[in-house]
Amino acid sequence: MTDPTIVTYREAVRAALADALRRDERVFLMGEDVGKYGGTYAVTHGLYDEFGPERIRDTPLSESAFVGAGIGAAMGGMRPIVEIMSVNFSLLALDQIVNNAATLRHMSGGQVGVPLVIRMATGAGAQLAAQHSHSLEVWYAHVPGLKVVAPATIADARGMLWTALEDPDPVIVFEHVGLYNQKGELPIDAGPVDISRAAVRRLGRDVTVVTYGGSLPKVMSAAATLAERGIEAEVIDLRSLRPLDDATITASVRKTHRAVLVDEGWRTCSLAAEISARLMEQCLYDLEAPVVRVCSVEVPIPYPRHLEQAALPQPAGIVAAVLGTMGGR
Amino acid sequence: MTDGVMDREPALRLLHEMLRMRRFEEKAAELYTEGKIRGFLHLYIGEEAIAAGVAQALVPEDNVVSSYREHGHALARGISAGAVMAEMFGKVEGCSHGRGGSMHLFSVAHRFYGGNAIVAGGLPIAVGLALADKFLGRRAVTACFLGDGAVAEGEFHESLNLAALWRLPVVFLCENNLYAMGTALERYAAQTDPCRKAEAEGVPAQRVDGMDVEAVASAARAAIETVRSGQGPRFLELATYRFRAHSMFDAQLYRSKDEVEAWKKQDPITTFTERLRQRGWIDDPALAAIEGAVAQEIAAAVAFAEAGTWEPVESLTRDVLAPESTT
Repeated sequence: MTDPTIVTYREAVRAALADALRRDERVFLMGEDVGKYGGTYAVTHGLYDEFGPERIRDTPLSESAFVGAGIGAAMGGMRPIVEIMSVNFSLLALDQIVNNAATLRHMSGGQVGVPLVIRMATGAGAQLAAQHSHSLEVWYAHVPGLKVVAPATIADARGMLWTALEDPDPVIVFEHVGLYNQKGELPIDAGPVDISRAAVRRLGRDVTVVTYGGSLPKVMSAAATLAERGIEAEVIDLRSLRPLDDATITASVRKTHRAVLVDEGWRTCSLAAEISARLMEQCLYDLEAPVVRVCSVEVPIPYPRHLEQAALPQPAGIVAAVLGTMGGR
Repeated sequence: MTDGVMDREPALRLLHEMLRMRRFEEKAAELYTEGKIRGFLHLYIGEEAIAAGVAQALVPEDNVVSSYREHGHALARGISAGAVMAEMFGKVEGCSHGRGGSMHLFSVAHRFYGGNAIVAGGLPIAVGLALADKFLGRRAVTACFLGDGAVAEGEFHESLNLAALWRLPVVFLCENNLYAMGTALERYAAQTDPCRKAEAEGVPAQRVDGMDVEAVASAARAAIETVRSGQGPRFLELATYRFRAHSMFDAQLYRSKDEVEAWKKQDPITTFTERLRQRGWIDDPALAAIEGAVAQEIAAAVAFAEAGTWEPVESLTRDVLAPESTT
């Protein structure tokens, strides 16, 4: 890195982790191969040497036990960060996340808080086939008691972890594998960011395109193509998947009167479905066209590159969806 | 006591504790049929020696994690009978604010972290509580109660391995009552010895007569001292038997009346009372005095629960997230 302010998403997450570990003695990181190996996606490279095996804790392949241990450690006064290698693997820890992390405060009548941060990789694009590539964020976004965020930018990759660690409740952070090599500017004094609000990444008057995580670069690319045709898309990055920032979404739709929802999850019961329902409930009469969804094709993600790419939302499809909602303009 | 160190006073306290649990739950069963208590109600009757024996070996700084058959553990840990009863009524005055019910008793003041109704679901939490204690340099022990059914779960093996690997201060207390709900041990396990499974994960294990409160007390004290001294986790299998149905909806088709009656001859309360009589430590008036005190406590607990308040529906969504949360 010649310019210290240009970093990759991966480096931004690593800087956030290192910063948290330096700032707060109660913070430790645990997960599969986060230590000596340096992290499956190389996110934690170097942290083991700096912070040692107690605070950068390699775990056995026991997702349920180490996620549950994170819950218990959080209850016991620590601020654990648990890394799960991928969202597909997190299903082995669903019991702990859904039955414990999300419920303990409630079941205990408010006595027990679980200030735990769980980071996991999500999404397709690396030809890792049908057990490493899915986008199951909505499974967690369904559950009261959890907060779910998806940093899509360098600044959010750097800043969301800080805020998540200060949260008194469990926060799940989804890092899309397609973003790790993205580069961008990061202010030297980058600090915590609000994790409860969506962000307008591009202003526009004609159509609102709502997305999050790994689909944001695709939507921005589509928006640039649309601009060449004289269509100005307003791009909203959800950032927080639970809770959803209805106010930011509806304010934009009331301005543009059109909505396209781009979500790498499968269409059925997707986040896009939820947002669509909220638009019907909250601003049906502001809409000049039906809400359109651009989601993954309903197939387990296939291995060959051309089929994998065909299964995912792509800029061309987003452009086509916007043109459709604009009445073929 | 088997090692001969227990004096009269602590022995009488153990008897008193077991009677509290027994009479409390007999009352709870009655209140269930009256409709005062709903949901699932899993009675501990027959297994009281374990909670009583273990609790006396713990200090206030220790943590307790339990399963859904936890009334006895909660009472032995010191949560008031009134707070437990009110919880089972679903009243605000309950130890979990009424939100948990019988299966989810909590009291952070007693470091009692549930009341977990997912079999083996509490084990990873116990490991984590112990990890926090180790990080923070506290000399606390986490006592984790589980049933024999939990031994069949993956979380059992994952958690024992983690505790042993990281030498964490957890004592796993396996109440082996021979049935996972209605399925007998030999019908769900090829390896029917839980101690061998614990040892396979690197946790030293010992089988204890869970119907003998002094044996439990002695073994628990030794195991907890070992764990507290930093030697890593320990596993105790406490051989016991559930005298009542699994829950209130169980016709008990899976076991014979003869089997139940045979185990009742080992009732931990009657056998221990008899032993105390033989030692000349208790007579009828002394026993009546304990029963009287227990009856008074249970009556007061029921009155407390009856007089408790229903939470207004307006606060339905409280305690989903922290109050300071903005959403």
